[in-house]
Amino acid sequence: MASHPTRPSLSRWIIIALFVSGMAMSYAIAAVTASGSEVNVLGVVVVGLVIFGVLTVGLSWATEGRRKAVNRAMAGLITSAFGLALIPLVSLVWTVATLGVARFDSQFFSSSMRNVVGAGGGALHAIIGTLEITLIAALISIPIGLLTSIYLVEYGRGRNRFSRWVTTMVDVMTGIPSIVAGLFAFAMFSLFFGPGVRMGFAGAVALSVLMIPVVVRSSEEMLRLVPNELREASLALGVPKWLTILRVVLPTSVGGLVTGIMIAIARVIGETAPLLIVAGFTQSMNYNPFNERMMTLPVFVYNSYSSQGMDAQAYLDRAWAGALTLIIIVMLLNLGARIVSRVLRPAGNH
Amino acid sequence: MGKIIELDRVNVFYGSFLAVEDVSLTIEPQTVTAFIGPSGCGKSTLLRTLNRMHEVIPGARVDGEILLDGANLYDDDVDPVSVRREVGMVFQRPNPFPTMSIRDNVLAGYKLNHDRLSKSDEDEIVESALKSANLWKEVKNRLAKPGGGLSGGQQQRLCIARAIAIRPRVLLMDEPTSALDPISTQAIEDLVSQLKKDYTIVIVTHNMQQAARVSDRTAFFNIAGEGEPGKLVEFDDTSVIFSNPSKKNTEDYISGRFG
Ligand SMILES: Nc1ncnc2c1ncn2[C@@H]1O[C@H](COP(=O)(O)OP(=O)(O)O)[C@@H](O)[C@H]1O
Ligand SMILES: [Mg+2]
Repeated sequence: MASHPTRPSLSRWIIIALFVSGMAMSYAIAAVTASGSEVNVLGVVVVGLVIFGVLTVGLSWATEGRRKAVNRAMAGLITSAFGLALIPLVSLVWTVATLGVARFDSQFFSSSMRNVVGAGGGALHAIIGTLEITLIAALISIPIGLLTSIYLVEYGRGRNRFSRWVTTMVDVMTGIPSIVAGLFAFAMFSLFFGPGVRMGFAGAVALSVLMIPVVVRSSEEMLRLVPNELREASLALGVPKWLTILRVVLPTSVGGLVTGIMIAIARVIGETAPLLIVAGFTQSMNYNPFNERMMTLPVFVYNSYSSQGMDAQAYLDRAWAGALTLIIIVMLLNLGARIVSRVLRPAGNH
Repeated sequence: MGKIIELDRVNVFYGSFLAVEDVSLTIEPQTVTAFIGPSGCGKSTLLRTLNRMHEVIPGARVDGEILLDGANLYDDDVDPVSVRREVGMVFQRPNPFPTMSIRDNVLAGYKLNHDRLSKSDEDEIVESALKSANLWKEVKNRLAKPGGGLSGGQQQRLCIARAIAIRPRVLLMDEPTSALDPISTQAIEDLVSQLKKDYTIVIVTHNMQQAARVSDRTAFFNIAGEGEPGKLVEFDDTSVIFSNPSKKNTEDYISGRFG
């Protein structure tokens, strides 16, 4: 029989009671089976949640009817799947935060590793390097990527041969392993500056190879989302095509474009392999991306970890603090992207 | 003031597909001409050739002659952008710019083109265009609000205001009321009758009563079958088309036997 509208539905208190009893039963089972040895907290929680779910669905079936029970079961499954997906992320952030906090101090952000053996020192040189190299990579990739996607969406509409060819090349570029991008930049700069060249700018070029296809792809998606009706409305008012793109298409999609660009930056800011090859590593400050080796955060982390000195713990602490800094930079970028796209959001879509 | 439009043996293509075949007709200035006919017979396609919006679609082209006050719209030295300033268009679904306020939507034809206007000129254009579109009273206190916040019927009148703000000579309307409720439809039909004194109007409609109510002349188009080109069957005064058509085909369509 279908559930009757006057049937009692499970109140919040019953749900809470079921949750508590599920956990209690799980703990009891664990205490009995473990008999003396220590109880595994995570195991108790997981088993407790399962018991809680079974109890809720069973009771709901009995009192609320089949439809609501199935609804509760599905809601439970979806929530668990979400929880499961969240575990690695939370665990990662937790690990990095707890281990990174030891050296997350003012010295870390104000000094380089010049003449430092053992404890002390900092990653200012690596932070500057990462910011400079990523900024240059963005300055190269954003115009190229954005213009390419504008060409593909606005001018290559007839799916002409050239735009198909460009799309294929972008797909191929998306699949390039980052180490290959590094070798490419190294080979190219070696041609101009002789063998063994190392400079931050070459690192930025390598990152651009990785970044351009991401920018093209995401911008293309965003531009295609702009309704054709808006383009036609503008053209029908006697506005030339280029002004239509500049003043109608781009402002309508700017929020999505910014988000896509931020994702592309986040994609390359943590790259290690290509920078290891072309930007190299150094313990000293270098503000000039066109001359000599330049340290970056991922390489700093890798280097601290792989070549620990006498005081191993000091090197490990610095590695974790570097990783934490990198994560925070990416999060700040994300936050910035959200703010920018909120500010620029079309006025009509509140 | 409105302009005369003459079509002479016009064929319209999408790539190699012939969508409209051999249309010749003359649209008098300051009249309302309705295009009617079953779906897919090429009404929208033909309408879009009159302001060169057809060629925006890749592979689309037109042959034959279309004259606006005697000048061929498709001459090599004619800029499609300037044609569209003379021949405005209103689309089937209201499409105000979502990033712009009501005021900026009305001024879009100027602002998007970087035309510099004084504040007082702008105010005057906004007020007169919105008044002509019968929208002024409803929006005069919220000109700075986004155009997307209006009802469907108001949005469509905003689009009409936007089209007439740049003072075209001809106004093309492609089923302007098919997405609207009866009351908004009524408002737009009244508006069409008023606008006739200043503009040459061509309106595509699915609704035969609408054609009978608003138009002076009616062109009936038909299509022989799927994949065949649309053709002009009959073009005459609206009263003749609806009371005494000369073609059997027209009569069948008017009396609801097909379409
Ligand atoms: N963008 C397009 N590309 C290719 N064919 C089209 C396009 N738009 C319309 N057509 C075709 O042209 C013919 C006429 O369409 P249309 O002008 O939209 O008819 P109507 O407005 O009378 O319903 C139809 O066969 C339609 O499939
Ligand atoms: Mg149509």
